[in-house]
Amino acid sequence: MSLSKKSTVIVENLRKKQMREAISTGKRLDERSLDEVRPIEIELDVIKKANGSAWVKLGNTEVVAGVKVETGEPFEGLENSGALIITAEVLPIASPHIEPGPPDEETIELARVVDRGVRESEMLDLKKLVLVPGKIVYTIFVDCSVINVDGNLLDATSYAVVSALASCKLPVFEIKDDKVVDTGKTQEPPITTLPVSVTTVKIGDYLISDPTTEEEACMDARLTITTNSKGSIVAMQKGLKGSFSIDDVKSIADKAIAKGEGIRGKLKGMINIG
Amino acid sequence: MVQSRSLIDESGKRTDGRVIDELREVKINVGVVKNADGSALIEFGKNRIIAAVYGPREVHPKHMALSDRGVVRCRYHMSPFSTDTRKSPAPSRRETEISKVIREALEPALILEDYPRAAIDIFIEVLQADGGSRCAGISAASVALADAGINMRDMVSACAAGKVDDKIVVDINDTEDKEGGADMPVAYMPNLEKITLLQLDGELNPNEFNTCLEEAVRGCLKVYEIQRSSLMEKYFGDEKGMKEE
Repeated sequence: MSLSKKSTVIVENLRKKQMREAISTGKRLDERSLDEVRPIEIELDVIKKANGSAWVKLGNTEVVAGVKVETGEPFEGLENSGALIITAEVLPIASPHIEPGPPDEETIELARVVDRGVRESEMLDLKKLVLVPGKIVYTIFVDCSVINVDGNLLDATSYAVVSALASCKLPVFEIKDDKVVDTGKTQEPPITTLPVSVTTVKIGDYLISDPTTEEEACMDARLTITTNSKGSIVAMQKGLKGSFSIDDVKSIADKAIAKGEGIRGKLKGMINIG
Repeated sequence: MVQSRSLIDESGKRTDGRVIDELREVKINVGVVKNADGSALIEFGKNRIIAAVYGPREVHPKHMALSDRGVVRCRYHMSPFSTDTRKSPAPSRRETEISKVIREALEPALILEDYPRAAIDIFIEVLQADGGSRCAGISAASVALADAGINMRDMVSACAAGKVDDKIVVDINDTEDKEGGADMPVAYMPNLEKITLLQLDGELNPNEFNTCLEEAVRGCLKVYEIQRSSLMEKYFGDEKGMKEE
């Protein structure tokens, strides 16, 4: 059951007031402008045991994503496609407010929204990852661990998944005598586009990009928009108990497309792909 | 997403015979669950969904209560027999996410400050699913909340729009959702003109996105009229409701 809950992160009223005053003058408490995204740092191939991995820092938010490739049966109804499974976990090391245990609804939403962006963009051409049609396909797991929480987990996790996938090397499997054999060779993943997630939140009457934990404690509503390399929107998710006007949504969408393009350029540079 | 066959024919008719800006048939019955404080059964195409509201009532466990406002608890659940292949009755990750987005779609309409230390429980049971069940569930729950006499700022009406055969169509059905190009559920407060739920999967360019959003909102307004008349019918009787127009 989904329950409206109190914020676990407490921000003093004085600090909230400072934040609102700063935002009304177009500056944030960390000196960023309202639509400025924190610096993104990506370290690739940090986990040698994975087929691909990325350690992403978005300001102080840190996420590690690892790709593991296996073979298995295709999903029902998608007999001629490889299987892509994206998970996310917020580790208890990541914040004093996280407790071990089964994922709560926010974590489930995190994993599902990140998955939706990557899946709907058709970033990976899953049709090319079939060994025996209807029977054996590549199964690609992208598991994410949030290492440090400082807001905007949705975008940070999405960048980690995209970086890890785009830079991974897939093992080449072959069928010999009805058995799957790992040839020991690797191949480039069939990447078609780079999805970029951009989250905007509403604090009072103002829209700000890439919120920190402190800003998230004050936000009324959130809208995450994922765009592909063509500049089309491929996934969206509104969150929290606030609301947006139609004009808000249109301006957030325009910004997400423009900002997404810039971030995509940065990601391409860091992942080192065309 | 694979587009294996044409989903709109030459005369502009969709798989279920509708034109692109036509909603499926929508019927709402208010007060179907006798024990609940408020309830509604919505038939939205082949969707059959009951929403029941209990509350304001005491919060258990007590530490979940908030001292300055009420809490909303929401469960969206699909019956095992509601889908083509049996659905396990245990709540899935999909249902967990939908319960959350539905709660967040309804909360902006509720004046929770009027119910400190209390809970308002919303149960949405999908008896038969036909695509667009989260939207139908929100529309039914909103009527059930009004039926329960919960103080509200506005109704919440929901409807999806999407892309089928490169055309923007309103109220995506099951086939169009599975085979079409994009699905965008929207929930809207019609008098306050605010969007309270917005999701999308599938590809839309900026122009398509704007049209899709406007079409979805237009669909929400049509649903709103049906929600309104269903409540009118229960509380004022059929004819009087008409006269008040």
